[in-house]
Amino acid sequence: MSTRLLSAPFTRSELQIQSIMLTVVLGLAPGTLWGIFIFGWPALFIFLVTVSSALAFEAGCLALAEKRVLATLTDGSALLTGWLIALTLPPWAPWWIGVLGSFLGIVVGKQVFGGLGQNLFNPAMLARVALLVSFPLEMTVWANPSPPFSASAPGLLESWAITFGGVLPPDGTTGATLLGWVKTEFSQGRLLDESLPSGGYGFFKSFIGWTGGSLGETSALLFALGGGWLLKKQIITWHIPLAMLGTVFLLASVFTLVDGERYPGPLFHLSSGALMLGAFFIATDYVTSPNSRLGQLIFGAGCGAIVYVIRTWGSYPEGVAFAVLLMNSMTPVIDHYVRPRIYGRDRKGKPLELPEGRE
Amino acid sequence: MFKLWPFNGGVHLPTHRQESSTAPLSIAPLPQKLIYPLARRNGRNAKSLVVPGERVLKGQVIIPADGTMNPPVHAASSGWVSGIEQRLLPHPSGFSGSCVVIDGDGMDEAVAFQGVSNYAAMESDDLRGKIHAAGIVGLGGAGFPTAIKINPPRQFNVEILVLNGAECEPYISCDDSLLRHYAHEVLGGALIFMHILRVARCLLAVEEDMPEAIAALELAKAEAGYGHIEIVAIPAIYPTGGEKQLIKVLTGREVPADGIPAQVGVVCHNVATAAAVHKAITAGEPLISRIVTVTGQGVRKPQNLLTRIGTPISELVEQCGGYTDSAQRLIMGGPMMGFALASDDVPISKSTNCILVAGQAEVVGEKTPMPCIRCGACATVCPVNLLPQQLYWYSRASNLERVMDYRLPDCIECGCCDVVCPSHIPLVQYFRAAKSKMAEKEKERLKADHARMRYEARVARKAQEQLEKAESARRKKELLATALSTSKS
Repeated sequence: MSTRLLSAPFTRSELQIQSIMLTVVLGLAPGTLWGIFIFGWPALFIFLVTVSSALAFEAGCLALAEKRVLATLTDGSALLTGWLIALTLPPWAPWWIGVLGSFLGIVVGKQVFGGLGQNLFNPAMLARVALLVSFPLEMTVWANPSPPFSASAPGLLESWAITFGGVLPPDGTTGATLLGWVKTEFSQGRLLDESLPSGGYGFFKSFIGWTGGSLGETSALLFALGGGWLLKKQIITWHIPLAMLGTVFLLASVFTLVDGERYPGPLFHLSSGALMLGAFFIATDYVTSPNSRLGQLIFGAGCGAIVYVIRTWGSYPEGVAFAVLLMNSMTPVIDHYVRPRIYGRDRKGKPLELPEGRE
Repeated sequence: MFKLWPFNGGVHLPTHRQESSTAPLSIAPLPQKLIYPLARRNGRNAKSLVVPGERVLKGQVIIPADGTMNPPVHAASSGWVSGIEQRLLPHPSGFSGSCVVIDGDGMDEAVAFQGVSNYAAMESDDLRGKIHAAGIVGLGGAGFPTAIKINPPRQFNVEILVLNGAECEPYISCDDSLLRHYAHEVLGGALIFMHILRVARCLLAVEEDMPEAIAALELAKAEAGYGHIEIVAIPAIYPTGGEKQLIKVLTGREVPADGIPAQVGVVCHNVATAAAVHKAITAGEPLISRIVTVTGQGVRKPQNLLTRIGTPISELVEQCGGYTDSAQRLIMGGPMMGFALASDDVPISKSTNCILVAGQAEVVGEKTPMPCIRCGACATVCPVNLLPQQLYWYSRASNLERVMDYRLPDCIECGCCDVVCPSHIPLVQYFRAAKSKMAEKEKERLKADHARMRYEARVARKAQEQLEKAESARRKKELLATALSTSKS
């Protein structure tokens, strides 16, 4: 019999970090596969390059820090981060964008802070924003949907050249995302009744994801379903996604009622860009979001509001990454001020007053 | 329908109760050896009333009382005192301490017990005195002296007696067994408590997955009244049997932090304590036995045993068919709040409710901890609504100020946070360490305070002396002056 004195409790969770990460990855899989399907070989290449380089950077950092390399590498967090970074990239981006993104996410965004659980900002969003401001050209070349065997689909060799050979995608196969299109059109004085049809907008098309953009900006439907699955699996709670989506919905409804020609409606917003991905998979990141339920509602609402503001009045067409990063910086503050009421204490932490008639 | 209130968090755990509760309650044979530690609650050792070579009788006081905090200890059977030895204590520290050891003589010869036929005619204080003299402490686990608990400060208006039969920790079924076999004693004990406390209402809480116990209680009620005692089935969620959680579930009231249940009009006792009080008052028998669950895959025949207090665990395990090959770890108490023992040569104490002999596959000691991913599962399950994750950061960093800010002392160490952590971080271990650091610091502070007070007193005394000296010098001068002036004139 073991005589080593351990202290209670003598039972532990079966659940592991690994299974949480893998569940999230599974939730992402349908939307990712769809994205790879409609953007073809180059999308698959950039996805693989990004994920494998994320794992490589993680392993390198762990070895440098003399941590347990294999045990930590297999916790799935680097896989998830790499995956998310891949989802934020233009599907026909050159390979070095993916490698650089992984470096920024894993090394600068996470390991520099001390590794898993220590980072202040969401690594994937950090990577995306850093890439976007450093390489605006490469980060805004959006391929039009061109599934395999369609006329515009590049062949295997051609795809290899796009990803690895520095060959620019052929003319006519790229364009702006819908959010970008609407924004540029408006700056040239064209209102929604003109810009939406010319941009080829259809709610259904946009919702299922037949649209240009990064892998994560295509199918709102599939990412929403994946998110719903995470909710069902109790990996995430409804607080952040609902607050974020609800805020965008509310703001979009109000402004479209004020001026329907200037401001697109809530359905346009919900089905466009990376909102679904952001609400279910990015803003809900445990490490960088608040702990308390109320804090999560505040955090989600803040993300939603910033997304709407950037999309509507900012100079970038999409604002999920900026919104999440800005709210990430608020997380410690929210956690400090929003705490649950402790048993036997009031909200301020003072012992409860005795009810009338006692003492 | 009785209105129940939820408390925050908690976890659903597999009960593992049936392993031990399906076997009939057995009566452990007279132990060959009885061991009684002399260690007291205050950390000092008591002086034994008996000397080696002396014969003692069952029920004889062998360790005297020391104030109300330390009720006396009685011999659980007759025999000869073989010595006062250093032995392993039934304590998480794994320390040794002086113990009175009695070799049983198998006669079980008792001193004369004098019961009370009509306690209702007695004063509360006299009954409290009897309960104290019978050596009764809380049998639920903490072992707090019962006589103190039934003597709440007068300014609080106590109106509800809560009897705790909610045995929420996995594996343990001794209260279940007690309620099934001794329902009358428990309910009778409740009436005595109600008389002492002068309360009209008693709530006896039992977990809803203990149907036999509930049936036995209802049957006893039907047989003999006990009108004011309500049997309440409460949801089986750990740690609903924690005193503060139970009070919340039954009454919706929260005991103020750093306070006692009497402040919200409640006094809470374990059901086994009630039965012990009943025995002490009606039969005059002191607390010398209790029901102990011996269970786990590491023991051949898991069961509940009516055990003499002081019996070594080795004898008890022998009675249950001995260890199996998979026996891995000996735990006193349950898997959530119990503590590991280094050896089975340790006696059953008054507050030992369970001996868990964990098998290989059964109870996990430790897993390699991974970094905290801030998932917040710990906060979700915390029954006190603390933020274990923040407490963990600050405990690890020994930042006692922040630990205090996040109310570490409110932590009841139930282990819920530990059990759900996907990173397998031993949170409670960190909390215990931080708590002891805080206690250490408090001790130092008191010591420093004491030293400062002594210094200040010394300075004041010196100043006073100086003053007095000056005063007397002045007076002398004055006297001299007057003497001079009178002589001149």
